[in-house]
Amino acid sequence: MTTEIIIRPKSGLSSKWKELWQYRELLYFFTWKEIKVRYKQALLGVVWTLLQPLMMMMILVLVLSKGLGLDTGQIPAPIYYLCGLLIWNLFSQSVNSAANAMVSNAQILRKIYFPRLIIPISSMMIASFDFLISLSVFFIIGFWYQSQGGFHFPFFSILVAFMVAWVITIVTSFGIGTFLSAINVKYRDVRYALPFLIQALFFITPVMFDSKQFSQPILQFVLQLNPLNYAIQTIRSVLTDGQLEVIGNMSWHLPLILVILYILGMYVFRRTEAYFADIV
Amino acid sequence: MKPAIEVKGVWKEYRKGIDKRYKSLRDVLTTIPSWRKRQQAELFWALQDIDFTLNAGDSIGIIGRNGAGKSTLLKILSRITPPTKGEVILRGRVASLLEVGTGFHPELTGKENIYFNGSILGMHRAEIKRKFDEIVEFSGVEAFIDTPLKHYSSGMQMRLAFSVAAHLDAEILLIDEVLAVGDMAFQQKCIGKMDEVSKGEGKTVVFVSHNLSQIKQLTSGGILLDYGKQLAQDATDNIISLYHKNILKNHLYTFDKERVQAEDVLFSNCSFRNIEGQEITQVECGNPLCVLLEIENRTKALIKDALVGIVFKNLQGGSMIALSSNVHGLQLDLQAGTNTISCQIDKFPLSPGTYSYNLIITRGNHIYNWMKEAGIIQTHHGFFFESGEIPSPKLQTVLVAHNWKKL
Repeated sequence: MTTEIIIRPKSGLSSKWKELWQYRELLYFFTWKEIKVRYKQALLGVVWTLLQPLMMMMILVLVLSKGLGLDTGQIPAPIYYLCGLLIWNLFSQSVNSAANAMVSNAQILRKIYFPRLIIPISSMMIASFDFLISLSVFFIIGFWYQSQGGFHFPFFSILVAFMVAWVITIVTSFGIGTFLSAINVKYRDVRYALPFLIQALFFITPVMFDSKQFSQPILQFVLQLNPLNYAIQTIRSVLTDGQLEVIGNMSWHLPLILVILYILGMYVFRRTEAYFADIV
Repeated sequence: MKPAIEVKGVWKEYRKGIDKRYKSLRDVLTTIPSWRKRQQAELFWALQDIDFTLNAGDSIGIIGRNGAGKSTLLKILSRITPPTKGEVILRGRVASLLEVGTGFHPELTGKENIYFNGSILGMHRAEIKRKFDEIVEFSGVEAFIDTPLKHYSSGMQMRLAFSVAAHLDAEILLIDEVLAVGDMAFQQKCIGKMDEVSKGEGKTVVFVSHNLSQIKQLTSGGILLDYGKQLAQDATDNIISLYHKNILKNHLYTFDKERVQAEDVLFSNCSFRNIEGQEITQVECGNPLCVLLEIENRTKALIKDALVGIVFKNLQGGSMIALSSNVHGLQLDLQAGTNTISCQIDKFPLSPGTYSYNLIITRGNHIYNWMKEAGIIQTHHGFFFESGEIPSPKLQTVLVAHNWKKL
């Protein structure tokens, strides 16, 4: 039975995950190519992926813990900040590269058909690849602190917590990333607004602080709308008492926010997707 | 068995004068008052009611002048852009080749580029692996396969790109004018390979090219497009002669002034003069001919050291003679505004027939304007040789002054 392709003026709003599955090899190659190209001329190669969050962690430890004397509870300060940074990097890297990916691959978009969604998804894959690499360092640091005594570092619970956090972060990035990448094709303003947007989001994400430290109810509310808040909370609560509480940390509106973000991104992307080649 | 390609009443609407394809928010805000007006004025139909069916095993060429809608049709079939109205059904695995070397990255090695390019063209990993040696051997760059592409010469890059493309294996092949570049010998090798592939069992091929002899070689049927309308579908030979008869003869333009050209530098006129300076549309071979070009430089700056070229082509698309402003070492500076240039040919050497010509302006590697098939000139029997004899047109097109002697 031969495959039948029907081309019509406007494709429906189905997410075409089935078609995407048929193109999984291309998704792999897109991701593989980007990772290869990135490290081709960098002297330190993959080390950069580790260096960046580690340096940032050291700065936060120096300024916040040593300098301002902020308390990080039972969790050693480096671990406390690093887990937040890993989630934050995963998010900001995904969104950043997804938003620009359509434009930087314009040449290919104009000449070849493939499910366009591959491009932002490959951005998420690349960020996840970096996330995995830096995660290994996180575990090394964690075990080192455990060996020093006084700190309990339950491997499997933490791994599960990170997996849950990864899912929350990726769905969030996917919604925002696809939305921005589609808008960017038509309005290049995204390029200028994006750095500011990312920076602003950083301040309502509990990387440098604990969300419970916020006293104002309105600030608490804003924080609760941020899915990354739950991602980081899940990890930190395991680190605090060793208990994995996936559901307990979440409120009913987290799934709602994730679904809204997903639908919004998909809707805008699907609507403009067919015409990318004409306007990019 | 159901047909391999069904195109049912396809229409495509485009915006005219796409000077800026994407916009900034500011552009949108500042043009709000004229939104309605602009949208009405700028739309045009690039394709109108295209309708045809191809059975598995058919191979057709799409023929038409520049801007007739050939590439738009191919883009719709390739799913790069959707039709505005109508429907297309493709049955089978599709490989579309609108460009060779799509996605080539200079930092990646030849091998890595083969994998990425092959994958983007729709090959599976196992398939690329299986054909890898064959691709490399075909391209003739074995020695450099692990070298980053940036160290390749442009010729080598082209060969590698063609090799991947030539090994595409699908039931439906959509091919644009990709074969129009690169060195001739390798080009022929590729066409041979494509020919072999397309003659295979049940392959359906849609081929777009200006090169009518390539179309003849690769296809058995043709579709004639003009101004976005489908004029006919028939055997290739019939379509090519129809193209000559209807399109070229009905548009006996010396110069196509209506053509949408490049923005910065454009040809505002091109005319042919005889020795008395009178404008002519046909010339007798052997007579002097002066080509008068008006070039409008809209860049508001002086363009130093420009090169202007005229290439005369026969109706099969083969280049006959090239006249280039640099062969005499002419230092051509184009000032802002209109520039007039003349090119004098003492004895026009093309034998009787109809020829089209391309015009080009470049500077270094930058092409300012490349106007394909800018117009037509007809040549008649004349006294290129004193005797008035001209060898049979079947044997030659370009006449060369020469002497015979019995020793």
